[in-house]
Amino acid sequence: MRERARDQGGPGTLTDDLAIPEIDPSALPDEPLAELAARYRLKPSAARPGVLAYAGQLWARRHFIVGFATARNVAMYTEARLGQLWQVLTPLLNAAVYYLIFGLILNTSRGVPNFLAFLITGIFVFNFTQRAFITTSRVMPDSLPLIRALPFPRGCLPIGYVLIELEQLVMSMLVLSVIVLATGEPLTWYWLLAIPALLMQAVFNVGMGLFLARLGAGADDFSQLMPFVVRTWMYASGVMFSIQTISSLRHHPTLTYLLQINPAAVYISLMRNAILQSQRNAWPGSKPYNAANCALYHAATKGPRLEFSAYCHGTVTMNGLWLWGIGWAIVALVVGFVFFWEAETRYGRG
Amino acid sequence: MGNGPEPTVVVDDLHVVYRVYGAGGDKGTAATALMRVVKRQRRPSVREVHAIRGISFVINHGDAVGIIGRNGSGKSTLLQAIAGLLPPEQGCVYTSGQAALLGVNAALLDDLTGERNVVLGCLAMGMTPQETKDRYQSIVDFSGVGNFIDYPMRTYSTGMAQRLRFSIASAKNHEILMIDEALATGDANFRAKSHERIVQLRGEAGTVFLVAHNLAEIEASCNRVIWLEKGKVMRQGYDVPAIVDAYLEATGGEPRKRDRPADSEHSAAE
Repeated sequence: MRERARDQGGPGTLTDDLAIPEIDPSALPDEPLAELAARYRLKPSAARPGVLAYAGQLWARRHFIVGFATARNVAMYTEARLGQLWQVLTPLLNAAVYYLIFGLILNTSRGVPNFLAFLITGIFVFNFTQRAFITTSRVMPDSLPLIRALPFPRGCLPIGYVLIELEQLVMSMLVLSVIVLATGEPLTWYWLLAIPALLMQAVFNVGMGLFLARLGAGADDFSQLMPFVVRTWMYASGVMFSIQTISSLRHHPTLTYLLQINPAAVYISLMRNAILQSQRNAWPGSKPYNAANCALYHAATKGPRLEFSAYCHGTVTMNGLWLWGIGWAIVALVVGFVFFWEAETRYGRG
Repeated sequence: MGNGPEPTVVVDDLHVVYRVYGAGGDKGTAATALMRVVKRQRRPSVREVHAIRGISFVINHGDAVGIIGRNGSGKSTLLQAIAGLLPPEQGCVYTSGQAALLGVNAALLDDLTGERNVVLGCLAMGMTPQETKDRYQSIVDFSGVGNFIDYPMRTYSTGMAQRLRFSIASAKNHEILMIDEALATGDANFRAKSHERIVQLRGEAGTVFLVAHNLAEIEASCNRVIWLEKGKVMRQGYDVPAIVDAYLEATGGEPRKRDRPADSEHSAAE
């Protein structure tokens, strides 16, 4: 048990003590108060609704969630002279920095066709999850004044924060489309697959956001740690290299498999395969198996040639990717939602 | 039910504990923090403040309850617990419906404009977008912040922000209404306006709680009073003047002279 400072009183307690009398029993009814309350159908003010009722309450506040996210987004750049232009400039500068380091200075294209588009797609998609994780792990402490002022289902807050990032992502995707088309990728019907891929990722982020919001509500140490966790995750998710064709992983099929099915890698691959024809055509397994061509890919002397990997057996097939994407989204949502809901009445504690 | 009083708020052996981070007692260097972790000590800078220490009472339909007590005696905490905003450590609060709290600390979103705050506040209270749209103008008019409605709320003066918050929160009819010094910083004109509004809300709400250091206001509006001291009930009952007098005597204030008109006097309890 925790020790409690029972006799310290509150801040501002005066020194001259007044003797506090014991509770006068005649002032209270004879029956236990809980029974009295039950008889008049009074409900505990800090009661937690059932899971489904809670989901219903969140749905009833959907206008609040959307309004909250939009307003925060608009307010984000009000102090900047360029204002809302930063919504476009931020992803552009992001792309420029990564291209400068990985594309030009380190020249790590490693045989990936159209590396610039490959890299920037990965960064933008990962950035959505990254930002969602970092902001939701801080949402409860940051919103303490709001939590203590108004009663509303607290799940609105992490969901709203993910929605803020989603609105930012839509802006990034417009920038991305321009970059991708400029690098010579064709506009095809496959681009429509980007929409379900993003929706699945958004659901995954909401679920994880709820999960992280509860963890972050407990101790601040957690949100301090979060940026490092997420950055490590980024390096393991094939944002800057192609997991299925990187040479150092070629003899570790299990590790390759595990890296490829990690949620970030799944959503990044789905997006790349949707909008980048060069990726779609080079994805292992996307062409009929051809031993000779596959051998050519493995034996390539000047580093791996990704375009021949299409003739090899894929570690994870395209259909497999979609199934993993759906699976991660559902698991994250259910687990995160229930985990967040369990502590619903405790968020105001601080 | 008809026969006898009908309870709307039941507080059963309520305890509320705050955790306060960054209280004194730590040098605050990385070295001391490391020693603490090595020695497996708890953070000395985390203090638990036992703000409410075992309170029980039953409030009936139609009661207007004044809560008095010195600074730090737990008045605001009690209201937050009744509203379900601060979870109890022990015990329970039962209410007949969602209690609405109008408080000084009801900070909304400071970096958003007043207009956004009105809309979001209404939506958060559970209004539909249509209701929000319908009430918007009357809320802004009542608050009297004028052109400042387009400015971020962080640029508002304390009084203006409070007026806007009061206007938002009072836009909805509540079954249980709690007012925590919400009017202390408004100007005379707004106080008169909001007093009218409170009387109206009291008529619609079943139960009203009022925290105020202005004892004249308590005596004028309340039929029942609870005196808190260090998180416990010192005295409570329906004999408002007697308890107010006892409170004044204990805290060293001037006794109230009741032959004067109630609204021309502001007795200082602190």
